[in-house]
Amino acid sequence: MNEAVFAHRIQFAFTVMFHYLFPILTMGLGFFIALFSTLSLITKNKRYAEAASFWARIFAVNFALGVVTGIPLEFEFGTNWSRFSSFGGGVFGQTLPLEGVYAFFLESGFLGMFLAGEKRVGRTLHWISGLGVAGGSLLSGYFIVATNAWMQHPVGYVMDPMGRVQLKSFWAVLLNPYAIWQYAHTINGALLTAAFVIGGIGAFYLLSDRHREFGMLSVKTAVVAGVILSITQLFPTGDLNGASVVRYQPTKLAAMEGLFDTVQGAPLAIIGMPDTQTGKLIDPIYVPQFLSFLAYGNFQATVDGLNSYARELWPPVELTYYCYHIMVGLGTIFIAQMLIGLFLLWRRKLYSSRWFLWMLMLTIPFPFIANEAGWTVAEVGRQPWLVYGLMKTAAGTSANVAAGETIFTTMGFAGIYATLSILFLFLVARIIHRGPQEGAPVHA
Amino acid sequence: MLTAYTVLDGYDLGVGSLSLWIARNDEERRMALNSIGPVWNGNEVWLVAAGGMLVVSFPRVYAVAFSGFYLAFMLVLWLLVLRGVSIELRSQIGNPLWRELWDAGFWVGSVLLALLLGVALGNIVRGLPIGIDGYFKGTFAQMLNPYALLTGILTVVVLAWHGTNYLRVKTEGALFARAVRWSHRLWWIALVMVVVVTIATFMVLSGTPRTFHVYPAAWAVPLLILAGLVWGVLSRGAERSTSAFRSSALLIVALMLTAALTIFPDLLPSTVNPQYSLNIYNSASSPHALRVSLIANVFGMIAVIVYSTYVHRVFHGKVRLGEGHY
Repeated sequence: MNEAVFAHRIQFAFTVMFHYLFPILTMGLGFFIALFSTLSLITKNKRYAEAASFWARIFAVNFALGVVTGIPLEFEFGTNWSRFSSFGGGVFGQTLPLEGVYAFFLESGFLGMFLAGEKRVGRTLHWISGLGVAGGSLLSGYFIVATNAWMQHPVGYVMDPMGRVQLKSFWAVLLNPYAIWQYAHTINGALLTAAFVIGGIGAFYLLSDRHREFGMLSVKTAVVAGVILSITQLFPTGDLNGASVVRYQPTKLAAMEGLFDTVQGAPLAIIGMPDTQTGKLIDPIYVPQFLSFLAYGNFQATVDGLNSYARELWPPVELTYYCYHIMVGLGTIFIAQMLIGLFLLWRRKLYSSRWFLWMLMLTIPFPFIANEAGWTVAEVGRQPWLVYGLMKTAAGTSANVAAGETIFTTMGFAGIYATLSILFLFLVARIIHRGPQEGAPVHA
Repeated sequence: MLTAYTVLDGYDLGVGSLSLWIARNDEERRMALNSIGPVWNGNEVWLVAAGGMLVVSFPRVYAVAFSGFYLAFMLVLWLLVLRGVSIELRSQIGNPLWRELWDAGFWVGSVLLALLLGVALGNIVRGLPIGIDGYFKGTFAQMLNPYALLTGILTVVVLAWHGTNYLRVKTEGALFARAVRWSHRLWWIALVMVVVVTIATFMVLSGTPRTFHVYPAAWAVPLLILAGLVWGVLSRGAERSTSAFRSSALLIVALMLTAALTIFPDLLPSTVNPQYSLNIYNSASSPHALRVSLIANVFGMIAVIVYSTYVHRVFHGKVRLGEGHY
């Protein structure tokens, strides 16, 4: 691979993966803030209002970091991927400003009102602004996923004589079939992440014997929501997102599963190490014929292996395969963990089982890892295409930006992001340390 | 959209670039920050939205400008981060050293951003070394030519004047008095810079831009620059602060529009060969795409304008400490 292309890819991968840590949580937390806010309005229970305002404070810090780290990505389309912008900007660019104009303003505007507090804006407006924060962050996610889905499965365009794509149908781009399930799976992942964060911080309060009622409410919410969400993460959203991959991106599917030879009645590999030299999966454990069933609903269906495609059309097999298996493996753990939590809740031992609370607290990073791994499968598995079937990644970079410049600025970003991480942890730790408080000022 | 961004983020950049001189102690600096606190983030979103619009409307211009100015844009990004972090972190710890550190960060970020944006604008007016393939052949050092530096300084000065006028509207007491004084000084500097840059522009472009020959009515726009300055001098009285703020807003709009008319119909003029310039005809998306994005965005923009007006209203009037966050 060309050195400059590699540098651009590293820069984008690094900045996008760092950025993605923040929206995962804001998209999920927005929903829970709206939920607590609604419950507080219905039940008049102060606990819910307290929870809504506590999570809104965490949301605010997260949101700020998400914005700061998101701006570079928009810039990078032009700075690092100028030939791609020139080629497809008229189509993929449709959804980008909409995110800024609709979703972002909705989110930041309502967040400001929500943080100002009930006394300042009135009860109903406060509740509406809670819903607005959730709506804005969910909408924001959709525009971004729709932009990405166009690169996974381009639709709604025509080629012009200059070899660029021009928009044919806006609605086709917005309602791309690939986007729908990719979005459902992403949002479900975000909600699950928020449930883990809420449960983990709640567990921390219970373990350290502070803010007990708030802790109990958080842990209970996390377990009840977590059971549902960890299952829906697998089915239907994961399954149907997988179905899009089967239909539109067979090479990605083959790499995810480490399937080299095309076979009838393909087995599902649970464990194994793909070896691209020999084209075999080393030390595999298989569930016979199950991959054919998952992909086509038929145990005897034929699944295309990597060998059916030219070698230069293979995505990086190992990375795709391992990230996919990390994601699925963690997903399985989440289901088990949340079911244990539900069992403890039913036996009225949830708040006193210190080992479970410890586990809840220590697994906060796991859903973030699963989300990042899933995103890597989506993006790396798409290679060598930048726009699937239309433009190769190597053809989309800025030809006039040297590798050295990109490496230099990547190091700059690494330094800035390291600093930002420390500041972020410091700010969140302060909010957690202060704990939930009634009518507390936002920036004390 | 870029004009809206300049007027709005312009005043908070301006506040930043003078905060070290106008606001002398911690309390005054907190007042200055609180005056822009509720709005600076929303103002910056205009930049992001303008970038998004550029992608969809003129993909080639976006591609050429952003890859051509690679290092400059990365610098802009880092400065935006530095500025945002400085504003938000300053209030987190009471230690005076900590606060001075972030005051300095806020100042550096604001001044350099204004300078870089002005330098970029100057280079666009002057023309860029765009080759036959439509890509930019130049170096970062070439961007720092004398003309672009002049427009950069003009930008810093005009935005600083705009910032002091904003502070005049939002503050009271000693801070207000100093803002009024600085507003007067900066008006003079702005006047000098406008004259210098106007002469320099005629020299660099060697003559009057085509647009003004073809459409004589376009002369109305540069006359607005004059109007902004005259209005500014008429609003020097301490009680006429709102009027002063409007005059600097008018000046900025007039300067931006004049720059746009000067290069029209080009978006990125080429100095290598006028044939290679990127203009509104050869780099626009298909009419269908433009129409769709116009419709899709107009409703959003209306909502945004309503919302921004609301926020400015809610926080209208003079800043009082205790109500703010910073």
